[in-house]
Amino acid sequence: MAWANKVLRVNLSDGTVTDEPLNMDWARQYLGQRGLASKYLVEEIDPKCDPLGPENKLIMTTGPLTGTMASTGGRYSVVCKSPLTGAIACSNSGGYIGAELKNAGWDMVIFEGKSPRPVYLYIENDHAELLDAAAIWGKSAWETDKILHRTHQDPQLRIACVGRSAEAGCFYAGVINDLHRAAGRSGVGTVMAAKNLKALACRGTRGVGNIKDPLRFLQATEEGKRVLRENAVTGQGLPQYGTQVLMNVINEAGAMPTRNMRETQFEGAHSISGEAMHEPRKSDGRPNLTANAACFACTIACGRISTVDKEHYTIQNKPQYWGNSGGLEYEAAWALGSDTGVDDLDALTYANFVCNEDGFDPISFGATVAAAMELYDLGLITQAQTDGIEFKFGSAEALTQAAELVAKGEGFGKDLGLGSKRLCEKYGRPELSMTVKGQEFPAYDPRGIQGMGLAYATANRGACHLRGYTVASEILGIPEKTDPLSTEGKPELVKAFQDATAAFDSSGLCLFTSFAWTLDDVAPQLDAACEGEWSAEKLLEVGERVWNLERQFNLTAGLTSKDDTLPKRLLEEGANVGPAQGKVNELGKMLPHYYEVRGWDSDGVPTSETRQRLGLA
Amino acid sequence: MKITLKLFATLGDLLPQGASANAVEVEVRDGCTPNEIIDRYQVPRELAHLLLLNGVFVDKSNRDKPIVHAGDTVAVWPPVAGG
Ligand code: SF4
Repeated sequence: MAWANKVLRVNLSDGTVTDEPLNMDWARQYLGQRGLASKYLVEEIDPKCDPLGPENKLIMTTGPLTGTMASTGGRYSVVCKSPLTGAIACSNSGGYIGAELKNAGWDMVIFEGKSPRPVYLYIENDHAELLDAAAIWGKSAWETDKILHRTHQDPQLRIACVGRSAEAGCFYAGVINDLHRAAGRSGVGTVMAAKNLKALACRGTRGVGNIKDPLRFLQATEEGKRVLRENAVTGQGLPQYGTQVLMNVINEAGAMPTRNMRETQFEGAHSISGEAMHEPRKSDGRPNLTANAACFACTIACGRISTVDKEHYTIQNKPQYWGNSGGLEYEAAWALGSDTGVDDLDALTYANFVCNEDGFDPISFGATVAAAMELYDLGLITQAQTDGIEFKFGSAEALTQAAELVAKGEGFGKDLGLGSKRLCEKYGRPELSMTVKGQEFPAYDPRGIQGMGLAYATANRGACHLRGYTVASEILGIPEKTDPLSTEGKPELVKAFQDATAAFDSSGLCLFTSFAWTLDDVAPQLDAACEGEWSAEKLLEVGERVWNLERQFNLTAGLTSKDDTLPKRLLEEGANVGPAQGKVNELGKMLPHYYEVRGWDSDGVPTSETRQRLGLA
Repeated sequence: MKITLKLFATLGDLLPQGASANAVEVEVRDGCTPNEIIDRYQVPRELAHLLLLNGVFVDKSNRDKPIVHAGDTVAVWPPVAGG
């Protein structure tokens, strides 16, 4: 039945680990991973709790297809209440840790309380114990990974851990796994460090054997892989250019957030694009991009493996950065690049390495640097605050020094670790923070892509592209092209994307499969693997249930429909260039109708009929 | 008249000499169509998935219309996505 049917509960306050059966009634309703762990969280914590206090819980969770042979079936998520937003957080990551956890025989690990001293959790199949983390506390994620491999004398050990930024209280620290994969958004790493939990080190050799109908599963996953292989996006576009192919697309479409979203096209976009990553550099004739890479069981392999030019100022005399490491994905390249006005590909690649090394979200970091640059531009921050750094838009030096400071939580890095919202509030200009519910925007200006404005405003974890990626339809024509400048039909489109995404995120599969797969491709794989009957309709219903569950958590936590909004800049200042020139995001035209199609009242609260229909009453 | 042609991702190899940053200025006849341009540079029509004229998407049914004017930018991609 694909679920391991076993949950590990770790009480960090008492230092105890116990196992318990998975709640199968909930699994039938919420499937797994994002949905199921959110259900556990909602049942077990007070949504009003202090996210950094012992009352918050942190759940590392797999989906039913995690660890199986389904393509991309290696995903896991970290679920908790977010310190960045005060809303529910769920950050999804690939790599190998999720599959390892599942192969050790666990569906999820629930961490509760707070350890009196730094610890890490060691799992080897059924065996789980908390170990002293004195030797790794204060170390980067990369050093932690190395030390734990050495300590346990096991090269196959998989590790998810926090870096120094999380220990220093950076509000957007993530959990790094397999060196350069991250449950990156919403500060889930900050919560982990606040619990004095440094790492999960896991080794699983049991396999995922309890598939409902193995032969049918083999056929269904094979068919799924054929669809991915024959689709031009998942078969060719993503492996070859990665997500970074979007840099020029979004820039040409005039929806490239630039210099803290003051502008909508970046003149340096080409220099930091996927195409530029393929071009040989002058110094050594090698391109930035070395190879593509895949997460566990993935047949797409969109990951980027890159080097920084050894002659670049950032890594001269720093041999630890001379090798290959996780390269730029579009979101990182945008935030570190166009949002800060920096067009130096090597500086961006280096800053991205540092984000991975010390575990902080490059989107939130880049956007916070951009906000700081605007405050500096306006004279509200001076070199007295920036440790003497000239914090100008376009300064690669400012960007890379800022990354080093946030990594260690030193000097101006403490301010930058607050995130854009708290930083702009501190310096008296909250309206300059390009955030929703306290979370920084991803790489699409909603003045040029109207549906994304609604998707950002209503995303349950704050501004996010991975909660309802209408860019697929509005710009890329997947599954059908819609006009990015029109609000027509967007509430329905946003809801459809949000619900389907929640289902994908609850399965153990990567959302990028959705460029080729619909839920009709996912359902046969789940149905062959999992107890019960799983159709596309049922999955969509699960997605809608998860969305409403998250919404209820947020409403109880104290968020209201007033939080379903966008920064003034995007609602009142027209785009400066491109097809959307002069246009603002017309959220007001879309939001009331969105509430209606969701079955919510005019205050954005799910009606009792909606709750009953979804079994949430 | 002169226009700017941009071919991205795998289509970049089809750009004529003189191109830089995936863009080149080309001379085309007045009132030409997007399809004429992509045919001239041997971009297979089925690979011209995303075609933007000055940043605005042109769907396949409009690519035989004389909608390209002097100074315009035509940018073309094969099927791509990201996120
Ligand atoms: S598509 Fe990319 S991110 Fe998704 S599982 Fe594959 S390599 Fe990982």
